[in-house]
Amino acid sequence: MTEINWTALIVFVVLFGFITWLGFAAAHWRKGDLDQLHEWGLGGRRFGTLITWFLVGGDLYTAYTFIAVPALAFGAGAIAFFAVPYTIMIYPILFLAFPRLWYVCHKHSYITAADFVRGRFGNRWLALAVTITGIVATMPYIALQLVGLQVVIGGLGVPSTGYTGDLPLVIAFIILAAFTYSSGLRAPASIAIVKDILIYITAFAAVIVVPIQLGGFGKIFAAVPPAKLLLAVPGPNTTGAYGIYATLALGSALALFLYPHSITGILSASSGGAIRRNAAMLPGYSFMLGLLALVGFFAIAVGVGGLPEYAAGFKQFGNNFAVPALFLHTFPSWFVGVAFAAVGIGALVPAAIMSIAAANLYTRNIHREFINRNPTDREEAQMAKWVSLIVKFGALAFIVFVPQQYAIYLQLLGGILIIQTLPSVMLGVYTRWFNDWALLVGWAAGTALGTSMFIAANMTPNYPLALPAALGGFAFPGYSALYTVALNLIIAIVLTPLFNMMGAARVDATVASDYRP
Amino acid sequence: MDQQTRRSGWSWWSWWYLLFIVQFIGVLWPPWYNSIEPSWAGIPFFYWYQMLWVIIGAILTAIIYFATEE
Repeated sequence: MTEINWTALIVFVVLFGFITWLGFAAAHWRKGDLDQLHEWGLGGRRFGTLITWFLVGGDLYTAYTFIAVPALAFGAGAIAFFAVPYTIMIYPILFLAFPRLWYVCHKHSYITAADFVRGRFGNRWLALAVTITGIVATMPYIALQLVGLQVVIGGLGVPSTGYTGDLPLVIAFIILAAFTYSSGLRAPASIAIVKDILIYITAFAAVIVVPIQLGGFGKIFAAVPPAKLLLAVPGPNTTGAYGIYATLALGSALALFLYPHSITGILSASSGGAIRRNAAMLPGYSFMLGLLALVGFFAIAVGVGGLPEYAAGFKQFGNNFAVPALFLHTFPSWFVGVAFAAVGIGALVPAAIMSIAAANLYTRNIHREFINRNPTDREEAQMAKWVSLIVKFGALAFIVFVPQQYAIYLQLLGGILIIQTLPSVMLGVYTRWFNDWALLVGWAAGTALGTSMFIAANMTPNYPLALPAALGGFAFPGYSALYTVALNLIIAIVLTPLFNMMGAARVDATVASDYRP
Repeated sequence: MDQQTRRSGWSWWSWWYLLFIVQFIGVLWPPWYNSIEPSWAGIPFFYWYQMLWVIIGAILTAIIYFATEE
């Protein structure tokens, strides 16, 4: 990357300028008192079906997703496509469980999943476990959005060596911090509309133009090395790549809506019906994600990995540079500006929502629960605004000073951690049957085991689980998150009757009708 | 929230929800679709099969939505 691509940079900056203005103007959209936490932190729960579609879509399909999934396809091939079955399976889960969460949270003015767990199970320590898990899982995810932004800034040719190289990133982040502080969730909601439109245009353009240039899909797939084109057939005595693929998809699907930023997006909807309708409409983004995974193959076919003009980019960003290189190669400069702006803005939307979600968790479930039990509305909103600032700058410092690989490890671990809240949150909206202490023990076991499996597998999320040699040694390597949440659940089920015999009466601030309209 | 203002509603359970299992079965067993043939427009089966399930899944969800709205 020796030269700045001025045309692309100007388009990029203009689009960024527009969304900066939009982020601040959003404070006046569907106006509400931003000194109230639910107005700042949940947009006043006013987002109808269509806005929710843009917000949740922009929230779930992040800049990191758009860079990392094709990068995985470019580097590892078919396994990257797990993102498609993953996103097919999330929508039944969204449809069934989450409108119930919406209704009970609306009725009781709960803003976070931990608020709900506190009310449903009456156990502040279980709620604290959910809170800490949520915050820990979210932080590296925010940092990784910056990676997406860094890659496209690098692709524009902006020099990125030394600390001055981080300057564009810092500027983008200051803008993000400022409009999130002032407008709360309305800012990323409004910007998500722009971002999602740009992303769809970019994805469809890529999927139409590149195959035409290369002479059809047949030629593209022929250029992919056969070993990468399909999943490797497992050897004897193991489920091999098949098991990894299926468990990655299912485990990721179960975990996705447990993340605080997903829950914040969902709770900001104006009704449970909007959530159900979105379960049918959001698959549009899944289709686009599938197309983007294929774009990773386009990059192989075009051979950007071997072209000298992109060597510096690949050296600095590894396979993450595949998509930017492909766009630089295929599109005129002005459209490259549009495409990179889509990804860059696509970093700010989830980063904003994630920081708001983490701030909501801290403010309600740590500060109000353990430090100051009676804040005024104003104090609460103010605390959340400050925490969201701190969280963002913490993420920025992490990316600037710590090697990127650690952020990636932490985010992979985050998935294994957040899935441990499944029994209390996702099953909790259906039944109070579980004993709260049993849930806490299950959570602790799942978390401890998941973390040690992650470390044992060399900081990767897939664990080579196998029967002992004495029993045939059959191996079923798979996503640790799925295995550990199963254990978590089993422990909770076994301990519930036991603890119920020993323990106090069940507390539940909710009633069955709270979970329905 | 006023309990009297029921807009749309739905029950805890409906047999329609079982339709969701179809999506899970469709994609959770890779051996069924880990092949190149039958390809379509040059795209291997592995890829177009999963993309098709995105569309089928959305349609199934829409069906279940309309079937279970009161």
